[in-house]
Amino acid sequence: MITVLHEQRETRWPDAAAHGDELWLDGHAIEQATGWTWKPEGLCRDDVCVPLPRAAEAELLRAGLLNLAALWRRRGQPVVHDAASRTWVLGTGAAQRSAALATLQAPDFALPDLDGRLHQLSSFRGRKVFLATWASW
Amino acid sequence: MWQSLFDELKDHGFTVLAVAMDQPEAARPWIEAAAPAYPCLIDRDHHLADLYNLVNVPTALWIDEQGRIVRPPETAGSTDGFRAMDRKTFAIPDAVIAERNRIKTLYFDAVRDWALRGPTSVHVLDEGRAAAKLNLPHATIAEAHARFRLGLHLLRQGQADEAQAQMAEAIRLHPESWAMWRQAAAKNERGLAAGPEFWARVDALGTRPYYAPVDIAAQPDSAAR
Repeated sequence: MITVLHEQRETRWPDAAAHGDELWLDGHAIEQATGWTWKPEGLCRDDVCVPLPRAAEAELLRAGLLNLAALWRRRGQPVVHDAASRTWVLGTGAAQRSAALATLQAPDFALPDLDGRLHQLSSFRGRKVFLATWASW
Repeated sequence: MWQSLFDELKDHGFTVLAVAMDQPEAARPWIEAAAPAYPCLIDRDHHLADLYNLVNVPTALWIDEQGRIVRPPETAGSTDGFRAMDRKTFAIPDAVIAERNRIKTLYFDAVRDWALRGPTSVHVLDEGRAAAKLNLPHATIAEAHARFRLGLHLLRQGQADEAQAQMAEAIRLHPESWAMWRQAAAKNERGLAAGPEFWARVDALGTRPYYAPVDIAAQPDSAAR
């Protein structure tokens, strides 16, 4: 069983394969784990498609599976894993974070309250939001 | 903490969204004791710190009706006054307390001014100034967040040693993050990461701030007064 963490997603894949720094997932798992859809033209989300580099097909492709960790690193995004528990984190790169912030459109998120009810930032459109962090520590 | 602002301004198209970058069981008693009327969210994985490149709490940002950031993340009314504390008696000099209260009032007044005046508030930054004030992450910070996320996950799975190793590496990669350090650190009986190691880290800042000061001007003619 392999666990994949990406943004706030946490998914588990009994049939996925991992060897060393390689994480092999099929199209269904990629979409569920990351929100990106694997199409002939590359990995796509909304209007954006990231083409798979042809020169790297040997490294990236194998019988209906994609080495997502390798593609992730090629895009300058962090990939870390714990070998013992087979847990992988597909992080978001600094360039991607910076580009999102630089638009000044507040990056959206949904987080639970103590009762488990989700609150989404974008559902407060039409009001001024004073977004404030705190902690007990 | 923000209840009075919320009560006063909620009918002016304003809301507070409080996010605890914390574990639910640690945040619960505080939320239940204060019982705020605004939403209090729990961010156990410090997702917001990754998303907005935050390093400490309390940090706040102002988001307008269209979802645009009109003041990027900044210290929300706190000061470094605590550094003047007598570490045996916990006493803080009166002058330091007065300055702390002055800064807090200034910041609350600015929030109030924005809530009432919207885009015409002097505290709303235009796009150029807002963009210039943004703190953008670099590659090692992005990796630190990935490792911190992995560490918190492993901790929940009961892999304490592996969790500590990942979080220690995250802290090494991102030493400016007090949120990572304090979340991972041992806590005292009051749930605070405020032992000798904390003070050693604070002292190591030298002239650098723990809470970055905020550039907010006083407004003698403010409608908020």
